[in-house]
Amino acid sequence: MLNYTIRRLMFAIPTLFVISFIIFAILDLSPGDPTGNLPLTIPPDVREKIRESLGLGQPFPIRYLKWCQQFFVNEPLNLIENWTGWTIGDGERLRVTSWSTRSPVVDLIAERMPQTLWVVGMSYVVAILIAIPIGVISAYRQYSLFDQIGTFVSMVGFSVPTFFTGLILIVVFSVNLGWLPSVYDTTHKVTDWSSFWVQVRQMAMPTMVLALATTAQLSRFMRASMLDNLNQDYVRTARAKGLRERSVVLIHVLRNSMIPVVTVIALGVPAIFGGAIITEQIFKVNGLGALLIIGIQGADIPLVQTLTFLFAVLIVFFNLIADLLYGILDPRIRYD
Amino acid sequence: MRVKHLLSGACAAAMLAGAAYAERGADGQLNIIYWQAPSTMNPYLSGGTKEVEAASMVVEPLASYDENGNIVPRLVDELPTVDNGGVSADLKSIIWVLKEGILWSDGSPLTAADAVFTWEYCTHPEGGCAQSSYFDGVTSVEAVDDRTIKINFADPKPYPYTALVGAESPIIQKAQFQDCMGAKAPECTDQNFGPIGTGPFVVTEFKANDVISLEANSNYRDANKPAFGSVLFKGGGDAAAAARSVLETSEFDYAWNLQIEPEVLTQMEAQGKGKVVVSFQTSVERLHLNQTNPDPSLGDMRAVYAEGENAHPFLTDPAVGKAMSMAIDRDILVEAGYGKTGQVTCNVLPAPEIYASTANDACKTQDIEGAKAVLDAAGWVPGSDGVREKDGVRLSVLYQTSTNSVRQGTQALVKQMWAEIGIEAELRNIDASVFFGGDPSSPDTFQKFYADVEMYTNNFSGADPEAYMANWRCSEIPTPDTQWQGSNIQRFCNPAYDALVDEMSQTADLNERGRLAKEMNDMLMESYSIIPLVHRGGTSAHANSLGGVKMTDWDSELWNIADWHRIK
Repeated sequence: MLNYTIRRLMFAIPTLFVISFIIFAILDLSPGDPTGNLPLTIPPDVREKIRESLGLGQPFPIRYLKWCQQFFVNEPLNLIENWTGWTIGDGERLRVTSWSTRSPVVDLIAERMPQTLWVVGMSYVVAILIAIPIGVISAYRQYSLFDQIGTFVSMVGFSVPTFFTGLILIVVFSVNLGWLPSVYDTTHKVTDWSSFWVQVRQMAMPTMVLALATTAQLSRFMRASMLDNLNQDYVRTARAKGLRERSVVLIHVLRNSMIPVVTVIALGVPAIFGGAIITEQIFKVNGLGALLIIGIQGADIPLVQTLTFLFAVLIVFFNLIADLLYGILDPRIRYD
Repeated sequence: MRVKHLLSGACAAAMLAGAAYAERGADGQLNIIYWQAPSTMNPYLSGGTKEVEAASMVVEPLASYDENGNIVPRLVDELPTVDNGGVSADLKSIIWVLKEGILWSDGSPLTAADAVFTWEYCTHPEGGCAQSSYFDGVTSVEAVDDRTIKINFADPKPYPYTALVGAESPIIQKAQFQDCMGAKAPECTDQNFGPIGTGPFVVTEFKANDVISLEANSNYRDANKPAFGSVLFKGGGDAAAAARSVLETSEFDYAWNLQIEPEVLTQMEAQGKGKVVVSFQTSVERLHLNQTNPDPSLGDMRAVYAEGENAHPFLTDPAVGKAMSMAIDRDILVEAGYGKTGQVTCNVLPAPEIYASTANDACKTQDIEGAKAVLDAAGWVPGSDGVREKDGVRLSVLYQTSTNSVRQGTQALVKQMWAEIGIEAELRNIDASVFFGGDPSSPDTFQKFYADVEMYTNNFSGADPEAYMANWRCSEIPTPDTQWQGSNIQRFCNPAYDALVDEMSQTADLNERGRLAKEMNDMLMESYSIIPLVHRGGTSAHANSLGGVKMTDWDSELWNIADWHRIK
C-alpha cells in the first residue's frame, strides 16, 4: 500500500507539470485582452503601456518559466516565511500577481477560501447527511410512497438548474417574506450567538440550493448501491442466522453499499474548492468560483492559471485518496 | 411616564438640530452595491469605472464635475480662469491654489508637492498608468509654494482642466506612494488597496473583487461631514440582483449601473422602496458604416484605408447611409431596449448643451417613404428578391456588435426596418472581451471592422469634446501599420474636418469652440459614416431613505458622497 502510494505520488509530478503547461498554452492562445474591459475613453497607446507593464511583451516560453518559478519556488518559500517567521535569502521575490488587482494571487485565494468552504463545504455535508438516509430507505422500501417522492425530488434536483432554484428562493424568502438576506456579507464575523444566527441565516439559501443538487445525485447512487446488495446471498445468510433486521440493513448491507458511494463523495471534494460559480454569483458569496469567473472575464491569466492548476492538484490528490479508500473499505482490493 | 416624555422631547430636539447640522457619522452605515466589484483602490492602475468610482470616496481631484457637467472646485477655493489670472494669457500654464488647512486622512497636510508627485507617478514610463492621457501635453507640474500648483503645457491648451481634474486623476499622497514608482507600482499592494486620501472616507478593509469597508475620515475638511459613519461597498452578482437589493429587499441603499430590461426596472421601482435615477452624459449608441471594403477576398487589404483606394462598394455613397438612417425608428429602439435610460439622438456629440447641434434633428422621426425615394434617386432599384442593387452591387450588409441582449434586440429591429426599404442585413455578435479587446491578431475586433456595419457605444470623459472630435482625423484610421490601433473606426477622412480639428485646438473662446464642435458633428452626420441611435444615460437606484444623491455621469457617481445623509 505504501509503495503504491509513493509510486502514484511520484507519477503525479510529471502529470501536473504537463497539466500546468497545457493550461498555460490554452490560456495564452485564447483570445482576450486584460485591457479589453476598460472604458473606450482610454486611448490605445495607454493600453499598450498597461500591457507592457503586465509583462505581456515577453515570449510565451519565458512567461511560462517565470510562472513556474513564481508558483513552484517563490510562493512555497513565501509560505514558509509566513509560517515560521524566518527570512530566506533577502525575502524579496516576485510572487504570482493578478493583473486586475495587482496583488498576489495566493492572497486572493486565501481571502476567499473561508466563504467558499463555509457555504459550498457545508452544502456538501448537508447533502451527504440527507442523501444517505433517503437512499437507504428508498432502497429498502422500493416503490413505496417514500421511494416515489424521493425519486421525484431527486429528479427535480437533477433537472432544475441552481440559477433557477436560487432565484425562486430569493423571491420567496427575501423579497416576499423578508426572512433571509439575498446578499452574503463576507465581512461578517461570528463572535457570539446572535452573530452566529446571522451567519446561519445568510448561509441558509445558498447552502440549500447547492445541497439540493448534490443530494439528488448522491441519494440515487446510494439507492442503486443498496438495491444491488439487498439481493445478495450474504444478506439471506445474515437473516437466516436470525440477525435483527436493523443490523442486517444498517451494518451488513450499508457498509458494503458505501464502497462506491464513498468514492463518489471523495471525487466530489475538489469541486467544493472550485466553488459554485453560479450559486456564488446569485447570492454574491464571492468565493473561489466568483474569483475564477472574474479572472476569465478580465483575461487575468495569472489568476486563472493558478486557480485552475490548484484545482488540477486537488483532483489528482483526491483521485488518489479515492483509490486508497477502496483498498481500506474492501479488503479484497489490494494494490501490491 | 414623565421620563419617557422627556426622552422623546430630547430625541425630537436632537432630530431638529440634526436636520440643520448633522454630526459626522450620525447616520450610521451606508450600504452600496456595485455589481462589478472593484479590483483595486488605485485608479491609476486600473482605469475601470468601478475602480475610479470606489476610489473617489477616498482620493480627490482638484475639481469635479457636478450633475450638469459644470466644473466645481473641490480642493481649491476658486477655479482658475484666464480672467482671474489663474490661466496664463498664452494658455500654456494654469495655477491652482489649494484651500488652506486640508489634511490627509493620516493627519499630515496636503501640499503642492503631492500634486507634483501624482504627475510623476502617472507619467513614469514603466508604470503602465491607465490615466496618463489626462497628463497629455503637460511638460511639468511645479510646486510654486506649499499651496500653489503650476501646470505647464507644451502647447497652448484652450481647455486646461484635464490633469488632476475629475475622478480619474485624483491626487495621491507622496509620502505613501513614493516607493511605488514605475515598475514597482503593482507590488505596493497595501498602498493600492488602502490609499491615504483627503476624501470623506478611509478604507478599513479591502477585499479585492468582493467588498470594501470604509469609515468616516476623522480629518475631513468639513467637521460635520460625512453624515455616514461607515460605508459597506459590496460587489458581485449582476445588475438585476443589485437593483433588487435596493428596490425590493432594501438591503442596500445605493446600486450602480443598472442596465437591465426597462420593464423589469419599472416594476421593481413600483414597489415604492427606492428611486431609479438617470443621468445623461455623452454616451451614444451608434452605427459605424465601414468606408473601406471588408471583402474577405481582399486578403491583407481587407478593411485597409489605403488613401481612399479601397473604398466600400456602396457605403461611401451618402445616399445609402442617409436612407439607412431615415429608415430607423429610434423611438422604438429606445422603448424596447432602454426605457427611461435612453433618449433618441441624431448627433454623435449630444452634450454638453453648448456643443450639441440641432441641425440633424430630422432623423428623430422614421421616414420609410423618404428613404425609398432617396435610394431611388441615387439609382438603387429593387432587384428580383426585393434587395436593391445598382450595377450588380447588392445592398446587403454584415452588421456586427458585441454580445449583449439589448444590442441583439436592437439589431433585430434595425434589420427589419432596413428590410422595408430593400436593404438586407446579416447579423453577427461577438463576445465583448474579444470585440473590444483590441488584439491585433484577432479578426473580430471593432477596430479591424471586418464587417459593413457595426454598433457600440462610445463617449468621452470630462466635459470638453476637443480630444473626442479629434478621433475622426484621417491620421486616426486603424491600419495594419498601426497594429490596427486608432479611433477613426469607420475610416472617415476629410481634409476639411482635419482643418476644423486644428482650428479648435487653437481656439480658447467657449462659444467659438461650441460652433466648431457643432460644425464637426454636422460634417460627420452628413457623411453618413456614423448613424447615431440612442443617447444613453447612466442608471442607478437609491433607497427612499437616502438623501443628497446628485446622480452624475460626468464624474464619479459618488462625487458628493460627503453630502449624502439618511432622511428621517
